[in-house]
Amino acid sequence: MIRATLLMAIREIRRNLMRSGLTMLGVVIGVAAVVALVSIGRAATAQVTASISSLGNNMLTISPGALRRTAGGASATPFELDDVDAVEREIRGLVAVAPTAGRSTIIVFGNKNWRCSVNGTTNAYLKVRNYKVVSGREFTEEDERTSKSVCLIGATTKNELFGKQDPVGQLLRVGKMPCDVIGTLGSKGEGGAGTDQDDVVLMPLSAYQRKISGNHDVSNVYVSVEEGRPTSMVKAQLEGLMRERRRIAPGAADDFSVRDMQEVASAMVGATSALTGLLGAIAAVSLIVGGIGIMNIMLVSVSERTREIGTRLAIGAIGTEVLAQFLVEAVMLSTCGGMIGAGLGVAGSAIASKALDMPFVFVPEIVMLAFVFSATIGVVFGYLPARQAARLNPIEALRHE
Amino acid sequence: MSGVTKVYGEGEAQVYALAGVDLSIDEGELIAVMGQSGSGKSTCMNIVGCLDAPSGGQYLFRGVDVRSLSIKQMALLRRYYIGYVFQGFNLLSRTTALENVELPLVYRRVRAAERVERAQRALDLVGLKGREGHKPNQLSGGQQQRVAIARALATDPSVLLADEPTGNLDSARSREIMDLLVRMNRERGITVIVITHEPDMAAFCDRIVEFRDGRILSDKRSRAS
Repeated sequence: MIRATLLMAIREIRRNLMRSGLTMLGVVIGVAAVVALVSIGRAATAQVTASISSLGNNMLTISPGALRRTAGGASATPFELDDVDAVEREIRGLVAVAPTAGRSTIIVFGNKNWRCSVNGTTNAYLKVRNYKVVSGREFTEEDERTSKSVCLIGATTKNELFGKQDPVGQLLRVGKMPCDVIGTLGSKGEGGAGTDQDDVVLMPLSAYQRKISGNHDVSNVYVSVEEGRPTSMVKAQLEGLMRERRRIAPGAADDFSVRDMQEVASAMVGATSALTGLLGAIAAVSLIVGGIGIMNIMLVSVSERTREIGTRLAIGAIGTEVLAQFLVEAVMLSTCGGMIGAGLGVAGSAIASKALDMPFVFVPEIVMLAFVFSATIGVVFGYLPARQAARLNPIEALRHE
Repeated sequence: MSGVTKVYGEGEAQVYALAGVDLSIDEGELIAVMGQSGSGKSTCMNIVGCLDAPSGGQYLFRGVDVRSLSIKQMALLRRYYIGYVFQGFNLLSRTTALENVELPLVYRRVRAAERVERAQRALDLVGLKGREGHKPNQLSGGQQQRVAIARALATDPSVLLADEPTGNLDSARSREIMDLLVRMNRERGITVIVITHEPDMAAFCDRIVEFRDGRILSDKRSRAS
């Protein structure tokens, strides 16, 4: 009987393919929209997370100047190497502390020149920011001690100046300073806010200070916190230490800021997932509209097939069998729509993520959810018409024109 | 069936479609029911066929009081004992003859293979061998009526009710149909009740019951059976 009911429903659907297709379309579009939007949203979240974690592991950044500086405020005093030593000495649970100083500078190789960010720092910076030296070597202690004119260059800088040529051992001019390339860095891709993390030249801090900036300023200090230690706690300690060292009176505002990438990350992830939820909810509305479409068609179908229902009842169908017949038909329409929609949604999000240059994320639970939801819609919106069919009086139904 | 009444409407607007009908039908009878339209014959047959329950009086089908049955029980009674041939055929459109005939067997939970076989046999019986795959709109009126009869016969019902089975047909076709019904009655012992308003057709039957204004006007046995 179950098989007979299923076959009957399939036959009924095939009998009017055009109408069945259009009925399904509502659910197809609804499910596809939900699946695609949620998948794309998840992909965006994953991308944000990835780009933030590419900035560095458990990273805190200490910069001079308040985060929200009022217009016209005096520029804050920079840090010095003593501050960096103090951080290393006083604060426990740090993996690496990297002082940096940098500015955008023209670099020249042969007949090509290129403007990029030139930073003086230490090997610790590589660790904090997750840079990998892919060819050549890191800085040595001697490089740092003797302010040697050597540099590491990022992937973008290498491509711009050297193309396919191996830059290791070549001589660059950074500003006015000749400088040996001792290694190249692996590509990290885009950081947040569209900055290219590969467009850099790194050199020993001492060399930078002596030969490029001409002062002892340290503009930023990057700190990498041990895995498992809450960054918020370390952030508070850093703030306390800096206030003390910079002699800020209690109650006065900080003239420096400590940024926690984790906070930025969770804020951005929160924003994208809220957006994903919103888009999904809007798409779900179209799924409900699709369900109403099914109900509408099923109601039409019941009144169109009144005589048929009367015949079935007269030759011995009981109400629940007629109910089952129409309900199965509605559920079949909606689940078929759901399956097609889920397929289209996944395909659509795959294409979109390719076009938008985002990672493709397959979200099995949302596909399942959309599928179950569409089946439920079949039951909910199919029930009313089916009940109407089952409650027909056979004599009146047979008389129906 | 004794003192059966059927009332439509309520209060002042009450209409007696049946105003007390006493009728007893034995198994294996071949009965023609006649009367003008509105005489109550169709209403009576709906009650006989358990499509409708009487408003008053008592109708016993094989000893069971139909008024005491639920809607579902009435449907099951129809499913297992009664075959209908409707006035307007009422075949499912866009469904093949074979599938139409199979339909009551589906509700009887007959397995697919056996269903096809029985439906095939019923179609052979009404002389439609080779037309199994035709859809109603590809068949003539007489053929459609025969499909409807095959559908009623496929279940081997104990009662076959035919409402104006010859209503839309020319006299030659009508004769064929009546012959078929008579044969079913004689060969299989099926109780056949035919509603008709043509005396020619009624003449095929053993017993003629005539209705007027919701009552039985006459009940004649034309042949001793």
